[in-house]
Amino acid sequence: MAVCVAVIAKENYPLYIRSIPTENELKFHYMVHTSLDVVDEKISAMGKALVDQRELYLGLLYPTEDYKVYGYVTNSKVKFVMVVDSSNTALRDNEIRSMFRKLHNSYTDVMCNPFYNPGDHIQSRAFDSMVTSMMIQVC
Amino acid sequence: MTFVAVRMRQKKAMAVSAGDQNLFTSIYPTLSQQLPREPMEWRRSYGRAPKMIHLESNFVQFKEELLPKEGNKALLTFPFLHIYWTECCDTEVYKATVKDDLTKWQNVLKAHSSVDWLIVVVENDAKKKNKTNILPRTSIVDKIRNDFCNKQSDRCVVLSDPLKDSSRTQESWNAFLTKLRTSLLMSFTKNLGKFEDDMRTLREKRTEPGWSFCDYFMVQSAGRVPSLSWLHARAGTLQVSVPPGALDCWVFLSCLEVLQRIEGCCDRAQIDSNIAHTVGLWSYATEKLKSLGYLCGLVSEKGPNSEDLNRIVDLLAGLGAERPETANTAQSPYKKLKEALSSVEAFEKHYLDLSHAAIEMHTSIGRTRSARLVGKDLAEFYMRKKSPQKAEIYLQGALKNYLAEGWALPITHTRKQLAECQKHLGQTENYLQTSSLLASDHHVTEEERKHFCQEILSFASRQTDSPGHKIILPLHCFAQLRDLHFTPSNAVVHVGGVLSVDITMCSQMPVPVHVEQIAINVHFSIEKNNYRKTAEWLTKHKTSNGIINFPTETSPFPASQNNLPALELYEMFERSPSDNSLNTTGIICKNVHMLLRRQESSTSLETSSGVALEDGAHVLKCNDVTLEPGANRITFRTQAKEPGTYTLRQLCASVGPVRFVLPHLYPPVQYDVYSQEPQLRVEPLADSLLAGIPQKVKFTVTTGHYTVKNGDSLQLSNAEAMLILCHAENRAVIYSNTREKASDVSLRVQSSDKVTSISLPAAPAYHMIEFELEVLSLPSAPVTGGESSMLGMTEPHRKHKDTQKAGHCMATTDHKVSIDCPWSIYSTVIALTFSVPFRTTHSLLSAGTRKYIQVCVQNLSELDFQLSDGNLVDPGSSADLQLVPLNAKSPQHIHSKQSVFFVWELKWTREPPPSLRCQFSVGFSPASEGQLSIPLKPYTYEFQVENFFTLYNVRAEILPPSGAEHCRTGSLCSLEVSITRLSGLLEVDKDEALTESDEYFSTKLMYEVVDNSSNWAVCGKSSGVISMPVVAQATHRVHMEVMPLFAGYLPLPDVRLFKYLPHHSAHSSQLDADSWIENDSLSVDKHVDEQLDSSSIKSRGSVHSASSSEPKGLPMPRLQALPPGQVFNSSTGMQVLVIPSKDDHVLEVSVT
Repeated sequence: MAVCVAVIAKENYPLYIRSIPTENELKFHYMVHTSLDVVDEKISAMGKALVDQRELYLGLLYPTEDYKVYGYVTNSKVKFVMVVDSSNTALRDNEIRSMFRKLHNSYTDVMCNPFYNPGDHIQSRAFDSMVTSMMIQVC
Repeated sequence: MTFVAVRMRQKKAMAVSAGDQNLFTSIYPTLSQQLPREPMEWRRSYGRAPKMIHLESNFVQFKEELLPKEGNKALLTFPFLHIYWTECCDTEVYKATVKDDLTKWQNVLKAHSSVDWLIVVVENDAKKKNKTNILPRTSIVDKIRNDFCNKQSDRCVVLSDPLKDSSRTQESWNAFLTKLRTSLLMSFTKNLGKFEDDMRTLREKRTEPGWSFCDYFMVQSAGRVPSLSWLHARAGTLQVSVPPGALDCWVFLSCLEVLQRIEGCCDRAQIDSNIAHTVGLWSYATEKLKSLGYLCGLVSEKGPNSEDLNRIVDLLAGLGAERPETANTAQSPYKKLKEALSSVEAFEKHYLDLSHAAIEMHTSIGRTRSARLVGKDLAEFYMRKKSPQKAEIYLQGALKNYLAEGWALPITHTRKQLAECQKHLGQTENYLQTSSLLASDHHVTEEERKHFCQEILSFASRQTDSPGHKIILPLHCFAQLRDLHFTPSNAVVHVGGVLSVDITMCSQMPVPVHVEQIAINVHFSIEKNNYRKTAEWLTKHKTSNGIINFPTETSPFPASQNNLPALELYEMFERSPSDNSLNTTGIICKNVHMLLRRQESSTSLETSSGVALEDGAHVLKCNDVTLEPGANRITFRTQAKEPGTYTLRQLCASVGPVRFVLPHLYPPVQYDVYSQEPQLRVEPLADSLLAGIPQKVKFTVTTGHYTVKNGDSLQLSNAEAMLILCHAENRAVIYSNTREKASDVSLRVQSSDKVTSISLPAAPAYHMIEFELEVLSLPSAPVTGGESSMLGMTEPHRKHKDTQKAGHCMATTDHKVSIDCPWSIYSTVIALTFSVPFRTTHSLLSAGTRKYIQVCVQNLSELDFQLSDGNLVDPGSSADLQLVPLNAKSPQHIHSKQSVFFVWELKWTREPPPSLRCQFSVGFSPASEGQLSIPLKPYTYEFQVENFFTLYNVRAEILPPSGAEHCRTGSLCSLEVSITRLSGLLEVDKDEALTESDEYFSTKLMYEVVDNSSNWAVCGKSSGVISMPVVAQATHRVHMEVMPLFAGYLPLPDVRLFKYLPHHSAHSSQLDADSWIENDSLSVDKHVDEQLDSSSIKSRGSVHSASSSEPKGLPMPRLQALPPGQVFNSSTGMQVLVIPSKDDHVLEVSVT
């Protein structure tokens, strides 16, 4: 499904970023980094009044020729960015939402680990395999 | 398609009003103001989350042409709700005009299939009053509902008195507004759904031939729906069937067409506010033009080759002819593309225009990251065009952004581009720095790392022939300092000592690098009176392992708070230096300076110029080191010269002319060099030295800068009463200043009468010689003087300046020893304090006329002793006085803190002397040690016993009342006291109380009956003065009445006897007022003016307090207690049985 999954800290440095091995990793890094512009925009557009609304999903951040970039922001301003192949028309908003929810749950588990220092790179195997499962479903 | 919803607050939905226009005009201001005041929840289709929106509406007057024709796709100009306004309240009027009008209106709406409408009946009280024949208002509303609102009665609403200010008006308004909002929103949702459906249908048709994307875009942009997604999707579907480049041309044209249309139909302000939606098209177009340029060889120095030219011609041909509507305009996307592909220069112009526009737009809406990315493309373009100077700024900008946000891969990639750029620009220093960063970057392939490392090394080797020019680079990208360790580990060395510094450096380079020199710059400071440099500090402070760790560089995460070190908290106890009690306790943070440090600003992330090379006089060097990849251990050795504190400042590794510099070592690292004066210390091994037995004393010679040669000796001038015991073999141990044992040698001690000489073993500077000697403090010499103390209450006599402290402290003796040391012309005087382990007291005991002397020896020390040969002698002994020992002959053990008693009976044959001088001596030795090498002197104690002969015997007796068998509580008993003189006139009787009558001498005594335990009540006089004949067996009897207060065996009350002396002087004791009045029969003494030797009337132990003033100036008689040896109380300890009285209700029994 996803070709790249990234978790980005509140301060905008990557906590976790993984893309499918067949593609150039660097391209996705640039893509995810650039998407933060739109993430920032969407977060500030949401404004204070809407923060308490439970909508964490930011929707489609921007499309490129080959990919669609989706965003999601947690209450602690940690961002999830997911890149999917735009040829994959089976992926509608609802699927993306549920993928983000899964990602969020897994991220919450990582944060609950007392041995994890918030702000460190995510090295959890459980998280990694969850991401793998999200990326494998494509094929 | 959320665009409409987002805009809902700003864009107005359109409502159309029909009917009474004057009425509407009057209501409009309130309506337009009130409508958007409250938000409505907008429930959207396709499972999109509901939203709260504020509705605003444009109201326009009804015209038939406003109604949408088939195919009108404009969403915002679409009339959402039709409202008919009427004020009619008259049935006639309604029937005549309003009904017709309404019918017409309804028919027009039906014809255009507009189903969203509302009829408002405005009610006005004022109007009602004017007309008399009005119907109830409900009827008009009912009629309308009946006529038009078939089953939808809510289509007709009433608005009462809209212009008044009453609660009814408010209520009516609220109901109306709610209805209006609901209707508007329902209509909007319905129409939007329909619009979206149309859009989808249109989109599905897009692959059909003849489908016009421009029509589609018009629809879309009219609805403010971003078209980028579609363009991408469309481009994807077309990809397979067209030649390379054609698709790019098509996308490029499409983007520009759309942009142009938007520009055409919106004003400037609208465009500016929608940049976020158009900028995507701009950068997409830029991207496409770029790839066209690369494809067609337009981005190269040489320009397109023939193959490229063919491709260009094909592409231009594929575009076909320009569409007629734009053919005549000066500027069109078609013309732009054609021109751009026509020449290198034109391409450059258009590409730069587009890029700059995109960058500017991104920047203007805060999309800096996107702007950087376009900038990087531009940099790539410039690099292709061989204009690295133009590319640099874009690369640096992007790199700064990535560094600030910590994106490792983009950092590495951009650095690689920058390295190439810097190489082309010939920025040697920057290029080498970037190269070193890349060589140490683990995201770069091994091959590339080696390449960049080689770049540095080959530069270094090339430049060796031109000395002077140094390239200074930060060390951290070359190697990292991990830890540092001093030997000795406490980093304190004496002058001339050798210090070594071990450091661990982690080379970041992929290959071994030969470094000509690694140098540590050291800052030297002389800190006078610095405690750190004293020898005490040296011996007391030892670090656990002496390893200093340096924090590793945490470059990729500048924003992470994890850069801060962890809190280092320690418990802290501060104790009083005198008694070691706790003064303060708390928790201290040892790295506050690091936590509160100012955060380094991000500008210093990639500094090269900030590194300054210090040139100091003190440098630790290590030459020709090969740093293998990973950890390397490097050792610096130095010989300490000047005393002071040395701070390690900079670390610098030299590779040819390249200097890798660590500008500050943090945490700070110091070592100290000290110099020390030679010193001798003498201290007891135990807590205190005991007098009389051999004690060990430790000598410590701290050589300091003095070297002890063979033949150097310590000359001790012997103290009078302290011996230094010389054993056959004494050993000395030599330690280094760091307490490492150097050698163990024998020590020669020679003693003569005056001087003891200790030959010191040869020892190097900054060492310590330690040895022990035994000393013996001789017991004090016996008392020789004839001093006398009074009344047998002697105090121990001490020679020298011994001090007897109160309580259980031992008496001490100081001995001063003067020592001549070889390093000084002055003598060192050392005082040793010895404590006397024993305290001795004595007492005189009587049994009638028999006398005993008891000596108590108390061991105050911690040691157990063996006492032997206890002996008591009278030095001026005469044969008629004998001391008969009543003690065990065998040696006695005296434990620590315990006492041993010795008793002698005193016997005499002739009249005993008034005083007796005694000398007690006892041998002692520590119980733990067997045989001592030298005989020890016995412990002696001298004292004097006086007035020990018994003169009076006092006897008291209590008799029950006559006839009774026992004493009873509460009944009077008689107390008989008899005082008997035991001897004739003696020397001691000769004092002022003695009077001579015709036949014999007599003396005056005062008796006193005192019962301190309050068992007895003495009735009548309790004291009296008697005249006692100084004749053996003379007896005086006194009778008194006493009453027992308790039942049981009661001790007898005390009978005290005093010598009653006539008044004499200020020294005299006064009777207190009571006794004086009681004894008023006493006459004033006749011998008032008689001068007496003051020494003979000392009144120690008198029960009455001395008073220096004499009341009323009257001469008063004095009392003097008889010495305990002179009075024997034969009834001491006797008890008498008292039985309780029969009628007592409360029985108190006292058992004593």
